[in-house]
Amino acid sequence: MLLFAICLRRRLTLQCSKPQQNYSVTPKPPTLEPEVETMANFSIATVFIASFSLLLSLTHSFSIENPTDRRILVLLDDLALKSSHSIFFNSLQARGFELDFKLSDDPKIALQRYGQHLYDGLILFAPATERFGGSLDLAAILDFVDSGKDLIVAADENASDLIRSIAAECGVDFDEDPSAVVIDHGSYAVSETEGDHTLIAADDFIRSDVLLGSAKIEAPVLFKGIGHSLNPSNSLVLKVLSASPSAYSANPKSKLSTPPSLSGSSISLVSVVQARNNARVLFSGSLDLFSNKFFKSPVQKAGSSNKYAKSGNQQFVTELSKWVFHERGHLKAVNVKHHRVGETDEPSIYRINDDLEYLVEIYEWSGSNWEPYVADDVQVQFYMMSPYVLKTMSTDKKGLYHASFKVPDVYGVFQFKVEYQRLGYTSLSLAKQIPVRPFRHNEYERFIPTAFPYYGASFSTMAGFFIFSFVYLHSKVYLQ
Amino acid sequence: MAASTDTTAAPSSTLRNASGNILAFFILLLIGVLAFSIRLFSVIKYESVIHEFDPYFNYRVTQFLTKNGVYDFWNWFDDRTWYPLGRVIGGTVYPGLTLTAATMWKALHFLNIPLSVETVCVFTAPVFSAFAAWATYLLTKEVKGVGAGLTAAVLLAMVPSYISRSVAGSYDNEAVAIFALIFTFYLYIKTLNTGSLFYATLNSISYFYMVCSWGGYTFIINLIPMHVLLCIVTSRYSPRLYIAYAPLVVLGTLMAALVPVVGFNAVMTSEHFASFLVFIIIHVVALAYYIKGILSPKMFKVAATLVISVGLVVCCAVVAVLIAVVASSPTKGWSGRSLSLLDPTYASKYIPIIASVSEHQPPTWPSYFMDINVLAFLVPAGIIACFSPLSDASSFVILYIVMSVYFSGVMVRLMLVFAPAACIMSGVALSEAFDAFTRSIKFYAFQTGDTVSASTVSMENNVKEIEKKEESLKKRPSKKNKKKEKENVEKPLKKSQTEKRPLILPVEASVFALFLTVLLAAFYVVHSVWAAAEAYSAPSIVLTSHSRDGLHVFDDFREAYAWLSHNTHVDDKVASWWDYGYQTTAMANRTVIVDNNTWNNTHIATVGTAMSSPEKAAWEIFNSLDVKYVLVVFGGVVGYSSDDINKFLWMVRIGGGVFPHIKEPDYLRDGQYRIDSQATPTMLNSLMYKLSYYRFVETDGGKGYDRVRGTEIGKKYFKLTHFEEVFTTHHWMVRIYKLKPQKNRIRGKTKKSRSKTSSKGPTKTRTITKKNPWH
Repeated sequence: MLLFAICLRRRLTLQCSKPQQNYSVTPKPPTLEPEVETMANFSIATVFIASFSLLLSLTHSFSIENPTDRRILVLLDDLALKSSHSIFFNSLQARGFELDFKLSDDPKIALQRYGQHLYDGLILFAPATERFGGSLDLAAILDFVDSGKDLIVAADENASDLIRSIAAECGVDFDEDPSAVVIDHGSYAVSETEGDHTLIAADDFIRSDVLLGSAKIEAPVLFKGIGHSLNPSNSLVLKVLSASPSAYSANPKSKLSTPPSLSGSSISLVSVVQARNNARVLFSGSLDLFSNKFFKSPVQKAGSSNKYAKSGNQQFVTELSKWVFHERGHLKAVNVKHHRVGETDEPSIYRINDDLEYLVEIYEWSGSNWEPYVADDVQVQFYMMSPYVLKTMSTDKKGLYHASFKVPDVYGVFQFKVEYQRLGYTSLSLAKQIPVRPFRHNEYERFIPTAFPYYGASFSTMAGFFIFSFVYLHSKVYLQ
Repeated sequence: MAASTDTTAAPSSTLRNASGNILAFFILLLIGVLAFSIRLFSVIKYESVIHEFDPYFNYRVTQFLTKNGVYDFWNWFDDRTWYPLGRVIGGTVYPGLTLTAATMWKALHFLNIPLSVETVCVFTAPVFSAFAAWATYLLTKEVKGVGAGLTAAVLLAMVPSYISRSVAGSYDNEAVAIFALIFTFYLYIKTLNTGSLFYATLNSISYFYMVCSWGGYTFIINLIPMHVLLCIVTSRYSPRLYIAYAPLVVLGTLMAALVPVVGFNAVMTSEHFASFLVFIIIHVVALAYYIKGILSPKMFKVAATLVISVGLVVCCAVVAVLIAVVASSPTKGWSGRSLSLLDPTYASKYIPIIASVSEHQPPTWPSYFMDINVLAFLVPAGIIACFSPLSDASSFVILYIVMSVYFSGVMVRLMLVFAPAACIMSGVALSEAFDAFTRSIKFYAFQTGDTVSASTVSMENNVKEIEKKEESLKKRPSKKNKKKEKENVEKPLKKSQTEKRPLILPVEASVFALFLTVLLAAFYVVHSVWAAAEAYSAPSIVLTSHSRDGLHVFDDFREAYAWLSHNTHVDDKVASWWDYGYQTTAMANRTVIVDNNTWNNTHIATVGTAMSSPEKAAWEIFNSLDVKYVLVVFGGVVGYSSDDINKFLWMVRIGGGVFPHIKEPDYLRDGQYRIDSQATPTMLNSLMYKLSYYRFVETDGGKGYDRVRGTEIGKKYFKLTHFEEVFTTHHWMVRIYKLKPQKNRIRGKTKKSRSKTSSKGPTKTRTITKKNPWH
């Protein structure tokens, strides 16, 4: 029986490690040395790591140790896209991704086999596809995202319902009018022929170094396609490239009879979604955004004298794809430790008014290795229904964050909480339960100085009573 | 049979006396066996398990105590209950019961008897009810002699009221506390009769044990001062009274303050106030008697008027100050539970959490008949018997029964305090009755058998006998005490005794009455055995029902707790109504939010609010408390009436007491609580309704007929958005739900015809969430 159980377990582990053996052909990026050990410690020690544990459970495909060791499935409408968008694909391959090109109606498409995901990313350059081949459908794609994988979706003016549904499920609402495209008579890209102003030169980027890299994108980005809107209350979706205030979404071939449903800078051209499990999704209303033609074409924004020899598309797309495929902005927290000041062992329970230290190491994936994450706004909470202590942690610039504080004078079951949510970064949310007990019966002060009069009173009363009894019982008067 | 031991004590027959004592000893032994074995029905009919709710907590504490020792128990901070507040068990629990059981367990192990902790816990209550029966014997013996003592002990051994709280497995504080209560009263009476400091000290220790065991100790510390005051007022003050009372207050209060849960309450709260007041009064009286002894009557009169006039002024000042101090505190210094004793409507008016507990309800008349049966008719006779002659001891018993009748009328739980008093009174009454009847029969028997002996002789004999009995009542203590002569002289009993004529009834009437009395007692025995076997032995975690096709066993509770302990993480939090908190921690070993120690009203109100809120709001409340699972008890399928739907209005009331947005009228249709189609939308959308009736229609093919409420339910088909069902027991009595995690993605607002895209099975959950997207 036991033997069987062990066998079963071994077989399971074999299955898990199989894909990794396949991947070992591709060069592995170096990892931080002590991490294998510390990760083990970390996973044993911390029980309540909400979102992080999700990532941990997916180690066979996207592991924290080697996030780039990955395969990407690219689904195309037309194999011609492979050459017309080759710069983008080549840049991915150059960064170590293994691309698997398939036609979107290929009957052999499968995202997973035997419960294992075959790919770590999916690029959907098939805007017009109504049905995918094989087992792929809307549910499969959403399941793919919900299991922590990344997705790039590009639509264009003939985007199918399927693509729109995928977007809607992620919180991105493409214009419902199927014939509408984004038109901008204010900031269109200047070209030889006066067109219908559907080729837009957009330069309203999100201000985030994490998403778009530290180098500023000088040239506007060429965009030709459909716009979408986002729900402002949706905290997971970010507008990366928005249209100018003069843009609107309508059918360029017909006259405007009603006001356009989408207009102004509320139109989002390119958006990203970071799901709660840190899966990242990119939605673009334009497939041409990724094309070689747009990458290379010179650009001049209407009304502006600046003429750029090359559009900003390549830089924009490359940097954004780095973010989508977790080459930037991916944080991990390891080695969560806490102990009393002056001790090293982690206690199972604290006492009120104990002085304690809390330590955590935070690293960011830089594309090739884990580097210390440096910030001055990481805070730790000592939390029981509300934070009793909220303290900004100091860092040694080598990834180690540290805070020391006094346990409040309240007993109960507390939690060490680190809730770190910053634009573009994966959300860190660590929670670790620790009970705090009151004083033991022998931990109170034995003698309180202010109570000395009372001690004196009681002892003198006792002495007085004793003397009185003695005198009373042995006095001559009584004996007589 | 009990009376015989006494009446057979013929003059100058030490042999017969000795045989009577031996007989009494064996009778007592048998009473102990009876008390123990009548409580084993639960073990025989069900199994050797801990019963109900609170006993599970006590059992868990005892386990901790046997494992970790007294000091760790004292300092135990339990982080598995009242999450996230935790509970300092050592400082909030009456440790008497657990210490007793742990000591018994240790002793057994020392003797190499390897019983498990659970077994010891299960049998603690029966063992202590035997002790309680013996203590009753001692107490009644002090009041009315051996015969009454034995009768009272027999009655107590099987009084249904006490059985209800002390069957095997009912491991609760009351199990040992009733013994401690009776024994403390016995020692008080003993001290009062003997004036011995030794008994006074024992009395204080016994009181300390009572304080350790049960919050009902306040009954003692109010009843005894009341009796002392009664004695003083009826000018029965004697040094014995002083010795019986003063050490109890001083030592008892000091020792009571040592119990962590009582602590400074022993001197700070109004419940203890009466004892201190009487303590002052008895000193004043003692001083007055002393001065009276020194001064001449004339001088004393002068002094008395002086002292009284000055004393009145001082008293008025003190009382004024005290009233001011007490009135300045919001609850007037009384805890809510005690206030509800004095004013029965207090709790239901102001504290729903106290009013909601079923054992705090006033009892109904049938419950008196159920719990004390024929004793109810014998008690008045016993009271009359206690008045002839009235001694210090019998006046105490009368006071005891009067007070306990009142308290039992307020709170059904206090029937337990009333039962011993009723047994004592009935024991006295029965014993006196047997005495009178057998005396009459014997009188005629002697008359017919021995023609020489005139009726006067036997009359004299009888008078002597009675005198002897009365004498022995007072002589017994004298063996140890030298002061007794003085005191006996004070007794004004002599006169009344000589005047007293023993009652001789006609023989036919005596025989007939004797027969009726025996019949009455037989009825009592039959009823008690029935109550022990049928009414009070159910452990309430295992339920049975008899129907035409045989016996059905409902073991759903343990099924659910076992599921929790095997299928959830050890640190997961389980939310349920507080009734099931103790069981969840003890049986499933999971952290709970609230439990049966209802010390934090706000926390319970939070859970009540969550249960009465719509799903989304409830999810948010539970999520903020880190709850993973929600457990509800539902009896609609099998007709188990004490389920959560039936308790739901209390959740609404308690929740609404703290969070005013929960309003009771929203859940009632025209003042009626209903769950059928007439129910209010608030009711139908509340979490409790949804968790109880989720998928309920599937059980009876679409009708949705609730067997407890006897109606079809109002809303039959609905889906859960924020909770998912993870486990439902075999008879649907316990249903466990898991909080769904937050959605990974947030949907957009585009509404489209989804016919094309959502065609297959896996989208089922997504279609649910579509209706109610939440962020």
